[in-house]
Amino acid sequence: MAAEEICWKCGQLFSGHFCNACGAIQPPAANYFDFFELPPHLNLDAAELEKRFYALSRRLHPDVFARRSEREQRYSLDATAVLNDGYRALRDPINRAEYLLKESGFDIGEQKSNPVPPELLEEVFELNMALEDLRSGDSDAAPQLEDARTKFVAMREHIDRDLSAKFAAYDESESRELLTEIRGVLNRRRYVRNLVNEVEKALSGYVPN
Amino acid sequence: MFQIDFGESSETVVGIDLGTTNSLVAYMDAATPRVIRGEDGDNLVPSIVSLAPNGEIVVGNPARQMLIDRPDRTVYSAKRLMGRGIGDVQDELKLFPFRVAEGSEQVVRIQLGEKQFTPPEIAAFVLRQLKKNAEAALETQVTKAVITVPAYFNDAQRQATKDAGRIAGLEVLRLVNEPTAAALAYGLDKRKKGTVAVYDLGGGTFDISILKLHDGIFEVLATNGDTHLGGDDIDNLLIHIALEDIQSEWGEDLSIHGEAVQTLRRAVIAAKESLSFLPSAQMEFAFHGKTYHREITRELFDRLITGIVDRTLGPCRDCIRDAGVSVEQIDEVVLVGGSTRIPLVRSAVEKLFRAKPHTDLNPDEVVALGAAVQAGILSGTLEDNLLLDVTPLSLGIETMGGVVSKIIHRNSTIPASASESFTTSVDGQRNVLINVVQGERELVKDNRPLARFDLKDIDPLPAGMARIEVRFLIDANGILNVTARDARTGKEQSMDVRPMYGLTDEQVEAMYKASIDNAEADFHARQLAEVRVDADAILAATEKARQSDAYTDLPEEERQAIAKAVNELLLLYHGQDHLQIRSKIEELNAATMTLAENMMNAAVKGALKGTKL
Repeated sequence: MAAEEICWKCGQLFSGHFCNACGAIQPPAANYFDFFELPPHLNLDAAELEKRFYALSRRLHPDVFARRSEREQRYSLDATAVLNDGYRALRDPINRAEYLLKESGFDIGEQKSNPVPPELLEEVFELNMALEDLRSGDSDAAPQLEDARTKFVAMREHIDRDLSAKFAAYDESESRELLTEIRGVLNRRRYVRNLVNEVEKALSGYVPN
Repeated sequence: MFQIDFGESSETVVGIDLGTTNSLVAYMDAATPRVIRGEDGDNLVPSIVSLAPNGEIVVGNPARQMLIDRPDRTVYSAKRLMGRGIGDVQDELKLFPFRVAEGSEQVVRIQLGEKQFTPPEIAAFVLRQLKKNAEAALETQVTKAVITVPAYFNDAQRQATKDAGRIAGLEVLRLVNEPTAAALAYGLDKRKKGTVAVYDLGGGTFDISILKLHDGIFEVLATNGDTHLGGDDIDNLLIHIALEDIQSEWGEDLSIHGEAVQTLRRAVIAAKESLSFLPSAQMEFAFHGKTYHREITRELFDRLITGIVDRTLGPCRDCIRDAGVSVEQIDEVVLVGGSTRIPLVRSAVEKLFRAKPHTDLNPDEVVALGAAVQAGILSGTLEDNLLLDVTPLSLGIETMGGVVSKIIHRNSTIPASASESFTTSVDGQRNVLINVVQGERELVKDNRPLARFDLKDIDPLPAGMARIEVRFLIDANGILNVTARDARTGKEQSMDVRPMYGLTDEQVEAMYKASIDNAEADFHARQLAEVRVDADAILAATEKARQSDAYTDLPEEERQAIAKAVNELLLLYHGQDHLQIRSKIEELNAATMTLAENMMNAAVKGALKGTKL
């Protein structure tokens, strides 16, 4: 939770978005969990998050500060940007996990540098062949790709169930080892998601005669 | 302790719909938004600007006639050119009689007679007229405004609109997206919760937005559109057909005659408008003694414009998908913009959204009314309402190989921000160049360049050691702000900003000053007119008094003093110095003092006599 700080306006101690003593808006907390005053958990109550988002929007939005000092307008703009950025990051479970990993000092791998997960090597090889065939006009590859899509979508669902369990375990223990595991699963998920996207793109571009 | 509001003022903030075809101004009358009419009683000010041969700027309805009489000195639909360079507007130039002057690479310059104006200056003339109308109606000075823009306007187009406000002497408190403004006007006293689609087809732009209403919060979920699609396109299509007809009938190509095309445009618009409620319309056109006549049935009209109407459906589908809702979840559809009066447009919308669209509010006025509501929110008079809008286009930076790395995705709620860390690639490197673009495409060249930021005077360090944190922030107006900080020292990093399109702050300031000079000229003309009215009054009164007995009874030198004062006033009457005229009025007033008193006494005596009777 946010630490106590000194109000820029009245010099009193405060914590949160506004000074308890004089009510002045304060520079925003940088961490999204702190900002929303929520525990840094991977499973969040979506309804509670939304409720806080609306409530904070009403209090922090630049519209509310249109007639205030320049400094207050600046804090309002900064705070609302963090509010919106944070809401985007926390509302989606995958984005939320990636954010928490990044905040915990993990390097979130860019998809381009992702190596093929070893257990997928053979299937990816076959998939690439089929994609190549379809692109070069061989419609026989289409059913094979349909199968591949079904398989990868199922794989992604399996990964999501695994993630969900790991998220809950992390929220209990807050163990760093679990975060390392989660990072591995997220990389795998991203890889599978890209495969699904690629197959879908190829299939939607292909029109059967 | 109690809270103190600083700088609170009760000054009226107006809401302005700066449209391609028409513009309007509205304000909050207590809790109700109202459109302010001009002196001519019209709620709309046509967005037409003309430079009269005497150098005077004519705006709105009076400029409409100039469009036909002096097309070379008149411009309309200039909103299509806002925030664009000459490279962007080639298609427009084929269809619109814009006369583009030299040096239009970064900002288009329009030739009106012997002068040149940028689109923000043209827009500023329209804004100034709206400001004047508001000041006359509200009997107070107006310096603050909320101005609406198409939701799909990019950064440069938004900045150009803000510049126009500045040039017109208006502080633009907020730019609001047109469909969102419409939702605000509709939703004020309507449903508390629900999902609403706003379909806005105006003169030159098309927007679709999907909003979630939540106890007074208007949250835009997604927006899409086309900044070059609207009623103008229908007009151009019909004009094109008529011109071809005429060429085959008369053997004459009229497309090169500005005057003929503008007359034809009027005929086409009249036919289009009556087809909204009649099964067929007559298109009549006369030029140089020849006449052209053609009947257009609704059926033919529908067939002709199907392509244009269909172009709005793709963005609608994309918008529904991006909003993450299904068609069934959309509770209401609101129609905005004059072009939504067209029956084919209505039926297409009804079919797509499977709901009968709302049309309770005048589609021409609803955006201005919404702008006034937002003005009310900013003034603190409407505390329960809040608008959460999104950025219509993704923001990206150029990475290796001319590929775009998106840092703020489209449909992100604004204000939105992203921080990126930059470093050097060569030992001792002092500058890093960041190329920022807007758009959805993978490659830099396929997107719209927004600006180049040159981080300069970086401490010379081995390659990769410098760390500059750059923060990109899209504000509530949808305009990008960039700040940079040296992460090692925490010091603010200096940089040069080169917007790819648009005016520099210095240019805007110069235009504002020039417009003040013009405003002073206007002011002077008004003072002169006023003092002449006073002079007329006193001259007429003196002339009448000279017929009276009281005048004959005056001593000779007083009568001579009056004659002298009259002559001196008449001599200066047509001069340009209102102060001199004013002083001569005072002198004549003084010279006729005794005369006036005597006449008054005589009148009182007469009246007293009357009571005796």
